[in-house]
Amino acid sequence: MSTSLSTRPAGSNAAETGSRRGKRHYGTHIFLAVMAVIWLIPLLWTLFTALRPKADTDKYGYFSLQGSFSFDNFVQAWNQGGFSKYFWNSVLITVPSVILTLFLASLMAFAVSRFSWRFNVTLLIMFTAGNLLPPQVLAAPLFEMFKHIQLPYAFSDSGNLLNTYVSVIAVDTAFQIGFCTFVLSNYMKALSPDLTEAALVDGAGVWTQYWSIILPLCRPALAAMATLEVIFIYNDFFWPLLFIQSGDRLPLTTAINNLQGNFLSNYNLIAAGAMITAIPALLIYVALQRHFVAGLTLGSSKG
Amino acid sequence: MSASTSAPATGTGVKTPVPGRRVRRLSGRDKLVLGIMVAVPTLIQLVLIWIPTLLSIGLSFTRWNGLDLSDIKPAGTANYEYVAQDYPPFWPAIQHNVLWLVFLAVIATPLGLLLAVLLDQQIRGSKIYQSVFFTPVMLSLALIGIIWQLFYNRDSGLLNFLLGTAGKPTAVDWFGDASVNIWAALFAATWRHAGYVMILYLAGLKGVDPALKEAAALDGANATQTFFRVVFPAMRPINIVIIVITLIESLRAFDIVYVINRGTNGLELISALVIQNLVGEGQVIGVGSALAVILLVISLVPITWYLSRAFKKGAEE
Repeated sequence: MSTSLSTRPAGSNAAETGSRRGKRHYGTHIFLAVMAVIWLIPLLWTLFTALRPKADTDKYGYFSLQGSFSFDNFVQAWNQGGFSKYFWNSVLITVPSVILTLFLASLMAFAVSRFSWRFNVTLLIMFTAGNLLPPQVLAAPLFEMFKHIQLPYAFSDSGNLLNTYVSVIAVDTAFQIGFCTFVLSNYMKALSPDLTEAALVDGAGVWTQYWSIILPLCRPALAAMATLEVIFIYNDFFWPLLFIQSGDRLPLTTAINNLQGNFLSNYNLIAAGAMITAIPALLIYVALQRHFVAGLTLGSSKG
Repeated sequence: MSASTSAPATGTGVKTPVPGRRVRRLSGRDKLVLGIMVAVPTLIQLVLIWIPTLLSIGLSFTRWNGLDLSDIKPAGTANYEYVAQDYPPFWPAIQHNVLWLVFLAVIATPLGLLLAVLLDQQIRGSKIYQSVFFTPVMLSLALIGIIWQLFYNRDSGLLNFLLGTAGKPTAVDWFGDASVNIWAALFAATWRHAGYVMILYLAGLKGVDPALKEAAALDGANATQTFFRVVFPAMRPINIVIIVITLIESLRAFDIVYVINRGTNGLELISALVIQNLVGEGQVIGVGSALAVILLVISLVPITWYLSRAFKKGAEE
């Protein structure tokens, strides 16, 4: 795209303007390569530390290449460190939250973008604003609300909504609906009104229009939002920290808060725990990079 | 991407629907379905976001230990006076939040823009560089705190080794030393923020009409002039989003300092003080809520600014 610049030597810096493959890019390459190395160092150092047994780092120091490399720390963190449980907790929180968020946001987006009525812009503003608030603003009332909602002990061993996955799922969903509604409504607005007009003439109801016509057309946007939301909710640290007291119910992202205490300065184990927490996000990135980036840019295309 | 919405429908006359006109054609059952579609998400938003926000404001004018609802006592503006005058971490926290914003705005965001501009040229390996710089965006700030802790540690961290101070008394505990830890945390936050900004600007740069650049070059503008006078202003919608993201991120900063030391000892931030007052032994809900309301009021400035722009533009289309 940028190579199609005019080659007319218009000024003293024309050579830079008409930069093409290869030439005049050494400085850029050196800068980018240095930055890329700096960018990779923290993760590579974590991985390096995680792969070495504690005995070896005690003997040779952390800055050494001697000794063996193995996945023992990963196995230990997974089995004894509780990371298998934390991982499962993350799944139990993330999957329902993402499905609920997308379903509810698509309902709302459909109603405000395909039909004109008095309060739709007001509601859309309210939804979008809600997503931008710092979560700490709502922390105290939500905590107290959940504490004072009495539940049978069969449903919750705390007798209220605290310490349950439901509390985290509900608030994660509420927080993310705003952003998804904003993006999906912009997407739906761009679809031609003819699509549903024709269905309306044929006598299709609102639900049919939503489910059979609009939703299938939104598949690219839904895929992008789903990828983005999985990462957002998987990476959520705050709500489980606030609502969940039992350590064994925490999801991965929040459980790492207790790493230092649990693993008592065993940096090799801490590093393995950090890597285990990073791996799901990195795998999603590698597999679904296109959708993730599309989701981010969809969210910012309208400003 | 989805911004070009105004593809006019051919002859149906619903391009600019009159409010209520299309709804009237709906049957009673359709209206019910539509009502439920709106009511359920709206109710969730009200109950879990907006009513708690109002309750925060209410609680900030009370004194409460968080135990029994009947213990809530009115306190006037006492909590705000206490926070501003007698609460030692408050003003340091304000300073740190401002520093956070300035650092992101002056270092992290321009760095992301620079990376985007460099990578937008068709250089070899552009995709690989993009993936590298974008990787930290996938990680939570809490995890970033842990990863950088391993890098910053006094005795086992790589940084002290690279500086040649590891194991010596001059070794710095980058996250523990109150005189440097805010800067160490800001570098870790930049690691993530710059990649985020980069990816948004890469999309923005692709959206700039190449004809604009050609025209500028024909008029004799050099690369720098073309960028600052033509390309950058043409990315106005992205610029606004980036400004909002930078502002909101610096107000929301919480996870990383909480993981390091719960936001104490040089890492005080308003968000962390809110939580310290809510969950600590004292459980001074009123004070925590007053801090939350201060955070809310500051946050509403960029939120309102952004929404007024986003939706005014939407109405024009």
